[in-house]
Amino acid sequence: MIAATSEAYGAICALEYRYARLLDDDRLEEWPNLFVERGVYKVIPRENLSRDPPLAIFFCDSRAMMQDRVRSLREANVYNLHYSRHVVSNIEVLSDRNGTFEVAACYTVYQTDLEGQTRLFGVGQYRDVIALADDELRFREKIAVCDTFNIPNLLAIPL
Amino acid sequence: MTSEAPAIARPTQDGSRVPFELFTRQDVFDREQETIFRGPVWNYVALEAEIPQPCDFKTSFVGDTPIIVSRAEDGSLHAFVNRCAHRGATVQRQACGNVRQHRCVYHQWAYNARGELVGVPYRRGVAGMGGYAADFDPKEHGLQKLRVASHKGVIFATFSPGTAPLEDYLDTPLIEAIDRLFSRPVKVLGHMRQRVRGNWKLYAENTRDPYHAALLHGFHATFGLYRTNQKRKGGADRARAHSTGVTYGDDWRQASMGNVEQDKVVAGYSLADPSLLEGRPDFNDGVTVQITSVFPGLVVQQIMNTLATRQIRPKAPDDFELYWTYFGYQDDDAEMTNTRLKQANLVGPAGLISMEDSEAIELIQRAIVRDGREDSFLEFGGLNADLDKDRTGEATIRAFWRYYAGLMGPSPIAAEP
Repeated sequence: MIAATSEAYGAICALEYRYARLLDDDRLEEWPNLFVERGVYKVIPRENLSRDPPLAIFFCDSRAMMQDRVRSLREANVYNLHYSRHVVSNIEVLSDRNGTFEVAACYTVYQTDLEGQTRLFGVGQYRDVIALADDELRFREKIAVCDTFNIPNLLAIPL
Repeated sequence: MTSEAPAIARPTQDGSRVPFELFTRQDVFDREQETIFRGPVWNYVALEAEIPQPCDFKTSFVGDTPIIVSRAEDGSLHAFVNRCAHRGATVQRQACGNVRQHRCVYHQWAYNARGELVGVPYRRGVAGMGGYAADFDPKEHGLQKLRVASHKGVIFATFSPGTAPLEDYLDTPLIEAIDRLFSRPVKVLGHMRQRVRGNWKLYAENTRDPYHAALLHGFHATFGLYRTNQKRKGGADRARAHSTGVTYGDDWRQASMGNVEQDKVVAGYSLADPSLLEGRPDFNDGVTVQITSVFPGLVVQQIMNTLATRQIRPKAPDDFELYWTYFGYQDDDAEMTNTRLKQANLVGPAGLISMEDSEAIELIQRAIVRDGREDSFLEFGGLNADLDKDRTGEATIRAFWRYYAGLMGPSPIAAEP
């Protein structure tokens, strides 16, 4: 059995890449729109996975909460000045239940400071649930599980 | 001809001037490991809730020394250096777990939950070859032990036989602050870690610095969790090594602004999803923020419904790990657990009200690479400020430096004669 059609796989990859590009192009205001309204976004340190429920360091359970986070990043927070580069790879559809896709992928995030010096910020895995909403594929859930759970300095821009 | 490192400068006697080289020099860092972290202080190492069962263990640090914190079969608490007495290898490689024996992988030397040597392969040799002499005494080859004391489930360890009893070291205001948060059995919800390219003392200063709170942390100020004009109360031990303070917060919807136009309040910012700040109070005293700093490297916090210990783990003059242990209470219902998990957004490496601190520290570390005799200026609030009354100024930071200088000695790194 083929889990997902190549058309669906292509659309899922496009969503994952678009997600990365919006963040890297500093289009943070558009980031919540890639989720359904009650979408969930969490960043979970790998060492917390064995706990139920696992403690996240970044936790949104609605699009509105993601918008609040973006507003805070824009106006309230101070964080390291940098460009980010999200590289998404190993995108694999684990299951397809009537158009709801469970997807695993890897992320690698680099940060480049204003002197042009780049460092690896972190690697980990995305555990996503993706479904059609308002005629587009969107994330119902996106969990970034950090291998690099010893966060260099701080985490501002979503993984 | 030998070239000696020049003696280092000291903080001024009142603690108001701190030479930058205290944050950058390797010899200062090394001296701190001996006279502070292995000196007459109690170092926070773990919570009892992390090792509730017999033979539970957790690896931790005292200064930069790796240790194992362990509960023995009889329930007693122990701490010992995580370095094999044979050849110096790391014995326990896991962060936590439950084992009857800690076994070094190199030559299988095995230690019990008290750090005592209980197994040496081929101790008597094989076919007359190898083995140890008849007078080899395993008791002399255990893991190096630390003294351990626990107050309300908060575990401390010390290398020094001269350290005062824990309750005397903490003293009443600090004990009351810890008791407030640990009066009920706690349950650990998880950990957060961040690695900061800065000196560990910059973080110790940061948690004793109310001046910055509403100026650097915009989210804090905007939602009334912390404004410069809010009612505060503080306390310290007799020796002025530690600091504890509470802030009586406003309801964020009707936060009183008053004369704080220089606070970093974001005009017109309200939450599209206010569920983040809709907890229910854990205590009936109106306190939204309690920050307790225990010398040298522990911070205990309550910020709304977020409860955590933070352990400062120094790694190098310009490098430390900040290790957060986030907890709730065993009798929390599901709703309260959800509140705590959601409010974890406020704190930690991605915290809406905490991410700025490590950035501020890195900004300092990056700029003080040179001019080590220039100094940090700490006079906010005036030099005669009453430490117990003035919880807005820099008096608690100055007290930290006075205590620090006392431990480091009159001439911390004097050149050898």
